[in-house]
Amino acid sequence: MKKKSVSQAIGFGLLRFCIIVVLMILVVILYDIFSKGKEAVSWEFLSAMPRNGMTEGGILPAIVGTFLVTVITAILAIPLGMGCAIYLNEYASHGKITRLIRMSIRNLSGVPSIVYGLFGVVLFVQLMKLDTSILASGLTLGLMTLPWTITASEEALKGVPRAYREGSLALGATKWQAIRTNVLPYAIPGMLTGAILGLARAAGETAPILFTGAAFSLPFLPKSLSDQFMALPYHLYIMATQHHAIEKVRPIAYGTALVLIALIFCMNFFAVVLRYKLRKVKVE
Amino acid sequence: MKKIVIALVLILSFALCQNVCAQDMIQIKGSDTLINLVQMLSEIYMQKNPGKYIAVTGGGSGTGVAALINDKCDIANASRLMKPKEVDQAARNGVSVNRVVIAMDGLSVITNGNSPIHQLTADEIGKIFRGEITNWSDVGGPDSSITLYGRQSNSGTFVFFRDAILKGDYSQNMNRMNGNAQIVEAVKQDVSGIGYVGVGYVKAVTGLNVLKVAARAGMSYASPLSSEDVKSGKYPISRPLNQYVNGTPSGDTKAFLEFELSPEGQKIVEEEGFFPIPLEYQEFNKKVGL
Amino acid sequence: MTVVAAQYNRRRPWINPKIKEKLIHGFFFANGMISVLALLGIFALLTMTSIPAFREINIGSFLTGFEWNPTSYVKEQYGIVPMLVSTLMVTVGALLIAIPLGIGTAAYLSDVASPKVREIAKPIVEILAGIPSVVIGFLGIVLVGPILSKIFHTHNGLNAINGSVLLAVMALPTIISISEDALKNVPSSYEQASLALGASKWQTIARVKIPAALSGIIAACMLGMGRAVGETMTVLMATGCAPAMPKSMLGPVRTLTSSIAIELGEVAYNTTHYYALFALGLVLFLITFFINMISDIILHKYEKVNR
Repeated sequence: MKKKSVSQAIGFGLLRFCIIVVLMILVVILYDIFSKGKEAVSWEFLSAMPRNGMTEGGILPAIVGTFLVTVITAILAIPLGMGCAIYLNEYASHGKITRLIRMSIRNLSGVPSIVYGLFGVVLFVQLMKLDTSILASGLTLGLMTLPWTITASEEALKGVPRAYREGSLALGATKWQAIRTNVLPYAIPGMLTGAILGLARAAGETAPILFTGAAFSLPFLPKSLSDQFMALPYHLYIMATQHHAIEKVRPIAYGTALVLIALIFCMNFFAVVLRYKLRKVKVE
Repeated sequence: MKKIVIALVLILSFALCQNVCAQDMIQIKGSDTLINLVQMLSEIYMQKNPGKYIAVTGGGSGTGVAALINDKCDIANASRLMKPKEVDQAARNGVSVNRVVIAMDGLSVITNGNSPIHQLTADEIGKIFRGEITNWSDVGGPDSSITLYGRQSNSGTFVFFRDAILKGDYSQNMNRMNGNAQIVEAVKQDVSGIGYVGVGYVKAVTGLNVLKVAARAGMSYASPLSSEDVKSGKYPISRPLNQYVNGTPSGDTKAFLEFELSPEGQKIVEEEGFFPIPLEYQEFNKKVGL
Repeated sequence: MTVVAAQYNRRRPWINPKIKEKLIHGFFFANGMISVLALLGIFALLTMTSIPAFREINIGSFLTGFEWNPTSYVKEQYGIVPMLVSTLMVTVGALLIAIPLGIGTAAYLSDVASPKVREIAKPIVEILAGIPSVVIGFLGIVLVGPILSKIFHTHNGLNAINGSVLLAVMALPTIISISEDALKNVPSSYEQASLALGASKWQTIARVKIPAALSGIIAACMLGMGRAVGETMTVLMATGCAPAMPKSMLGPVRTLTSSIAIELGEVAYNTTHYYALFALGLVLFLITFFINMISDIILHKYEKVNR
């Protein structure tokens, strides 16, 4: 008997150790970034252009660039994701084609980000002649985010009880009418939440934008979608590795990392709050 | 929901209104050796000429040359010469390449400040970086294995150093850093490290030995920090720093190039740690009208 | 629930409703096929852009060559073996760290943690998943590197071990959440039977639940492996990127992903070197595709067993 409880104590101890290690990793990451980044972040940091060979000033163009490219990503990934999820959940039968589609989605989510970058260079930058631009990068990121929005939208659709659809159909609505009025309104909060989480990931990606539009330094903000842009993750990368005065700009690198993480957290937080609010409204 | 969308649209349009017209922008890309210098030059130029905009980005000479070949920039900074293959490639893309020399560099070989090695011959340096000499004791130093720090293959400094000193391939064990500054940092921290950087990066740095180099065993050692030695060619690893343009420079590009070559521009070159161009290159630049 | 019937039949439809429904069905079907098209498109473009490389490069020496030196002074070399070995080294290193930690954490979350702890722990794992790769790579340079350099007495901390640690951090959330799902899906009858037979909770977890969920856990590990293989920025920043065949975990490595990221910027479009980089991308794509297929098959088998 004692042997069992000893082995249980050891076993549970090991498991507790695992979760503590995982927690410590997160704590160390956040603490390091926060403690060394907060000195760099100020209102000027967030709203001014970089100066003096980017060793002073702010990171406004990177913030704006990330914002703009994320908008394009959303425009591509959200409607297509919703549409695909609607097909999979509402229309598709359990056949080979459905399996094929699902397999493709899973594989797309496993494709390395740099391969998306390569694809973007060939398709968007060269073949579609978009040149290195916000548009090319946004489309590349949108494609990368697509599996994520599809999965999130599908989860949201699955959450709508079957009875809603059946009730509507029983009253004489066509399939699309039933979806439009009885399913979508209840699924959209979940879809949007999932979409925003996907966009938060896209905002932090560097490899797809490396060669499709991100630029080292631009003296002004992008004017149109066909301009190059600075972006937060790329800015962090060059501050950490390619700048000509690396030690001097280390605080700026930390500040950029902090702003990037804060942005992603805000987007996640916003998504959760949105889901809560919209759900409250619908229930009433 | 609608309110959120409207808010987003407002923020977007506000952000886009903050900018200025991009049409007059000069796009400069390329060498990491030159970037500090050219960014400084462009900042001062923009201060003196409001309304003119210059975007300077790095990536290495190879990146700049590739951008020029793909007709994606106005000026390519290069710390090496363009290869005939590259010039042909550009011509096939409709880009006719012209070269301007804006500064001279004494490519510096550096060791850690605590290393007893203060001078080497060019031949020894070549052997070290080719991987044929792997221990400091073979060149009069302590018994420890040499750590090599160099650039990535997209760097003009990488190519120039290889063609001028190694005349062969780098050791596959060389650490490939992403810029001059990273090499400086690495050698500062590694007592058995050796690296090569543009002289502008060692100007005011402590913790490093800037090696004196002799062209051949028996000849005298010269230092890249002495402008005499660099200008006269006594220092064997001096090189011109180039900017390549498409066609004969005109308009804004020409104005900026002229500023760089002016006495004021060349003074900035010296302040950044490089050397002003000697007479022969001034004559050379006249060929493209500068 | 809204009452819809009366509203819909009020106006005469301008298009036959049956046709309209078919069109809408077709529209959504097309939408669904986009992912298939995208995957095929990526594969096709990669292949088409790689093929010109092999006009000049011998495919045998590409796959078995020990030196990658496309800008050589002497002779251009396009061998990918050092990169494959590098990728393998950091991936195996990452999995050695992430698999035990991940499965342990998943087991803790699904079976040992009280609901309150689970409420806090789950978001934490999600937050970890949300940290961008470039931030992790940055910490690899400024935080992990110096620590490793002190522990192992190396000159700098940019090496394969650094890469493995960072990749483990990136793969952990995937392994944790999918393993946890697999453990949750073990029928409760297994657990109850085990406890009824007198086993302790720990013995139930270790000897009944985990083996029962094994295929799901293996699938989780494979997906984590796919994540590690495909990761770019983290290894680019923290592993030293020397192109030589790696000699030890304490030395620099250069994975497939970092090579593409480093060299794509310096290459002129439509040269052999450019095409060769796409060939690298194709190899990467095939590796991750292969990993995904295997984990799919394992999961499929697992579903069959549990039905």
